[in-house]
Amino acid sequence: MSTHVEEIHAHGPSIPTFAKIWIALLALTAIEVFLAYEQVPTLIMLTALIGLSVVKAALIIGYFMHLKFERLSLFLTLFPMLIFCILLMLIFLGDATRLPNMRPGL
Amino acid sequence: MSTQVTAAARTSLWEGGRSPYATNSKKFGMWLFIISDALTFSALLFAYTYSRVSNPDWPTPFHFNPSIIFSSVMTFALLTSSLTMVMAVHAMNNGNRTAAGRWILATMAAGATFVGLHMTEWMNLINHEHVTAASNPWGVPLFGATFFGITGLHMTHVVIGIIYLGIICQAVMRGKFKAEDVEVAGLYWHFVDLVWMFVFPLVYLMSAKI
Repeated sequence: MSTHVEEIHAHGPSIPTFAKIWIALLALTAIEVFLAYEQVPTLIMLTALIGLSVVKAALIIGYFMHLKFERLSLFLTLFPMLIFCILLMLIFLGDATRLPNMRPGL
Repeated sequence: MSTQVTAAARTSLWEGGRSPYATNSKKFGMWLFIISDALTFSALLFAYTYSRVSNPDWPTPFHFNPSIIFSSVMTFALLTSSLTMVMAVHAMNNGNRTAAGRWILATMAAGATFVGLHMTEWMNLINHEHVTAASNPWGVPLFGATFFGITGLHMTHVVIGIIYLGIICQAVMRGKFKAEDVEVAGLYWHFVDLVWMFVFPLVYLMSAKI
């Protein structure tokens, strides 16, 4: 039993690490709320908020969901295709910025 | 014996008979579900972002008080619930079922707080700002459709998560289920938290009334 417990401790993060991740996530959220009240163009705001959210997502996936401590093959099976699909969707985002200028009467 | 071990080490992980991911099948199954669900949310959030960027007259009805304060507290509740869920998995790995059960209960309480605040926020929008899924006073019907669609689907996930954790919790307290079952439930719960990390800035912060 004792060897079993040691094994778990050996390949997982400790409680202080989890607490630090939690504090980092709260701090990033606070920065996002602060950014929301800055007067910047929509696309720049969008990029900044999504950038911070990707960092938060990486922290949650890596530490809370334990993926950082799994085999690399698990990550390679799951994530490259997810990221690829999301990037494919983003191809259309350029159209969204052009649409307002294409309205009749403008 | 030693020759057998060397032979096994030489063969590829992918030739069968071994777990190439060094994880149990329940966990791998949950990961596959999470990835497919992530694609659903990505598509919804992308459709919303497209509408948001292409409409310069997109409404910004979220006042700092109560909407932004509420959604920030909801974010805090979900992030904290993720921490308590991690603690539950940790306690279960150490064989402490009582502590694991209590941490799961704490996670469920934080999840219930989230749902309660979210419903209050919905009712505020519906009753005071007169936003419904099909219409609103600002003449951009897509606002209500995307808002209620995305946050509604996310809230459904939270409610399902609370029920899932409740089932796991009572079993853990009665000495049933293994540590891996708590871990798999934890994966689902963290995913719900993860989705909110994108819903909160995209839906709320992008439409905050300045």
